[in-house]
Amino acid sequence: MQQSGSMQPEAEPTPPQVQQAGRDETSALLASLPMDTVNHWLREMMLIREFEVRTMQAYQDKKIGGFCHIYIGQEAVAVGTIAAITPEDPVVTAYRDHGHALARGMDPKYCMAEMYGRIGGCAKGKGGSMHMFDKANNFFGGHGIVGAQCPLGAGLAFATKYRDEVINKERSKHVTLCFLGDGALNQGAVHEAKNLAGLLDLPVIYIVENNGYSMGTAISRGTTVGHEITRKADAYGIESAVIDGLDVLSVYRDMKPLVEHCRQTSRPAFVDMRTYRFKGHSMSDPRKYRTKDEEAQYELLDPIARLSKAMINNQMLTDERFKQIGKEVRQEVREAIKWSVASKPPGKDELYKDVYVEKWGPYTGTSLPEMLGGDES
Amino acid sequence: MANLTLVQAINLALVQEMEKDDRVIILGEDVGLNGGVFRVTEGLHKRFGGDRVVDSPLAESGIIGTSVGLAMAGLRPVPEIQFEGFLGPAYDQICTHAARMRTRTRGALTVPMTIRVPVGGGIHAPELHSDSPESIYTHTPGLKVVMPASPYDAKGLLISAIRDPDPVIYFEPKRIYRAFREEVPEDEYTIPIGKARVVAEGEEMTVISWGASVVQCMSAIEKSDRSIELIDLRTISPIDMETIETSVKKTGRVVIVHEAPKTCGVGAELSARIMEHCFLYLEAPVQRVTGFDTIMPYYKLELEYLPDTERISKAIDEVAVY
Repeated sequence: MQQSGSMQPEAEPTPPQVQQAGRDETSALLASLPMDTVNHWLREMMLIREFEVRTMQAYQDKKIGGFCHIYIGQEAVAVGTIAAITPEDPVVTAYRDHGHALARGMDPKYCMAEMYGRIGGCAKGKGGSMHMFDKANNFFGGHGIVGAQCPLGAGLAFATKYRDEVINKERSKHVTLCFLGDGALNQGAVHEAKNLAGLLDLPVIYIVENNGYSMGTAISRGTTVGHEITRKADAYGIESAVIDGLDVLSVYRDMKPLVEHCRQTSRPAFVDMRTYRFKGHSMSDPRKYRTKDEEAQYELLDPIARLSKAMINNQMLTDERFKQIGKEVRQEVREAIKWSVASKPPGKDELYKDVYVEKWGPYTGTSLPEMLGGDES
Repeated sequence: MANLTLVQAINLALVQEMEKDDRVIILGEDVGLNGGVFRVTEGLHKRFGGDRVVDSPLAESGIIGTSVGLAMAGLRPVPEIQFEGFLGPAYDQICTHAARMRTRTRGALTVPMTIRVPVGGGIHAPELHSDSPESIYTHTPGLKVVMPASPYDAKGLLISAIRDPDPVIYFEPKRIYRAFREEVPEDEYTIPIGKARVVAEGEEMTVISWGASVVQCMSAIEKSDRSIELIDLRTISPIDMETIETSVKKTGRVVIVHEAPKTCGVGAELSARIMEHCFLYLEAPVQRVTGFDTIMPYYKLELEYLPDTERISKAIDEVAVY
């Protein structure tokens, strides 16, 4: 019995590479953007990288329990896409969620404390790595079941549209970003969500962070038409784009008009965001399913190195300033860890909290941890 | 005889059943080249090839639904779901198809499928990776539910499950996957589905448990001066009332221990049955030591949630002096 249904061209690299912006194109992009904006993106990506490096260490030191999915390599996706929306637009993702939480503005200490299982965490230390939430920043998680967040994305978009059009009697003016991995494409819930979004004109953008692997299974072995997944949007009458997710400038350049188009037309979209996770699926993944050569090839496309080099080439950044940012983010993450360690583990009484509504109502944002006994010192 | 962990015992059972019966095939996420998330299917892809050890997309509904179809057509699929929390997307196929096919077709079609699922807490994982949903499937007529607590039982129960003509959910307590080793015969043997195991005999009290909690019960009993009988249910559906009844009529006192939340947990069913069957023999109300009626918490609170030796010992003392 031969598996022949993938309709995959022979010897297709995994994942198929996208056309990268040339040197001149990159320079033009840089010139078109405010200096502060680009500096901010660089810093955000470096913060996520440093955060993830320290997360891995803490996991190896058994300070963090459970399962931990690292975002290293994919930083440009969260930073570039979230830069293209407004703070009022909802964002939802799956379990590789630290990068999105930070890019959305969550203070790293709440994110780190969550993984340390402390009361100061964004979910009071009761959710862990996969369950980051920040309602104040319109970040709706952080969910552990592959693909199951996609119908939620449709619902979040339905809600903004309903509020805008039916309650406020205005034009629909929000866009929801719903992230998923390429492995999630094969979950039934994803197809149901795409159909609903297409059917009901929901302004949601499904961003497939296509890193080429469903856990340990290459896209060519697990997904039909894996070389051209935008066809899975065509099937639902949804517009699509293919974007170089390893370059934050390309991500922003391509996402911005798409976001505005969805906002104006109140329609869904689908993005094949080509990226690569530099680490394993989770911390317990020996990565036997791919070669060191392949990893090295993608490491050459490191989104942070690409941006910083381009900035240096265009006199927007000096080596000194780059090192300085590195120092700053290291300090910020060190403080997050210090704060996490000082925060208490949730008490036994927390076992029964947050299952149903409580007297102060549901969790309302990043201010609550302190209220509940997180230690600021 | 080999000294094996629970993981190795399961792997051995899979190898032997696949050698013996070419209708047995495995489907699941990363079960092939990667050897499974807990390495339970390690080496099987190499040994039996991709036609019999099928790496599937991340699609639990598809994995189980396809397995139902395979089973209806006479094969013996043994799908793996990576964690009990991932049974959610597959619930529809399990409960609306697998469980009802025999009844729906008045016996014309059956579903000889064994769903292997790691279950329970104790490995520092969060919700959906530490839950104990056995009562949901016990409450579903048409399914059989088993959960071994030792490597020896793991092998024998899995062979029985694979050979069983009806759908079996085979829960693997991940906390004891590699916690201890036991002598496991190379030769094939079966542990009958529906038969509990008396782990330790005693006169004063009966403790009933299953899965990883059996280990906690053993340590509580070792610490106690009392003569306590420990029953490892092994099969949660159908329940072996004969073994339970014999024991309870002898001891008159019962403690039930499970990780799952208390309300409508399997302990509630056992308690009701003991009341129905042994009412006049009881010296004390049946007591349950369980997880709480809340979502399984992550990491720091996990051990507060799971029944431990201390909580079990306290229940034993209370029931003894009632």
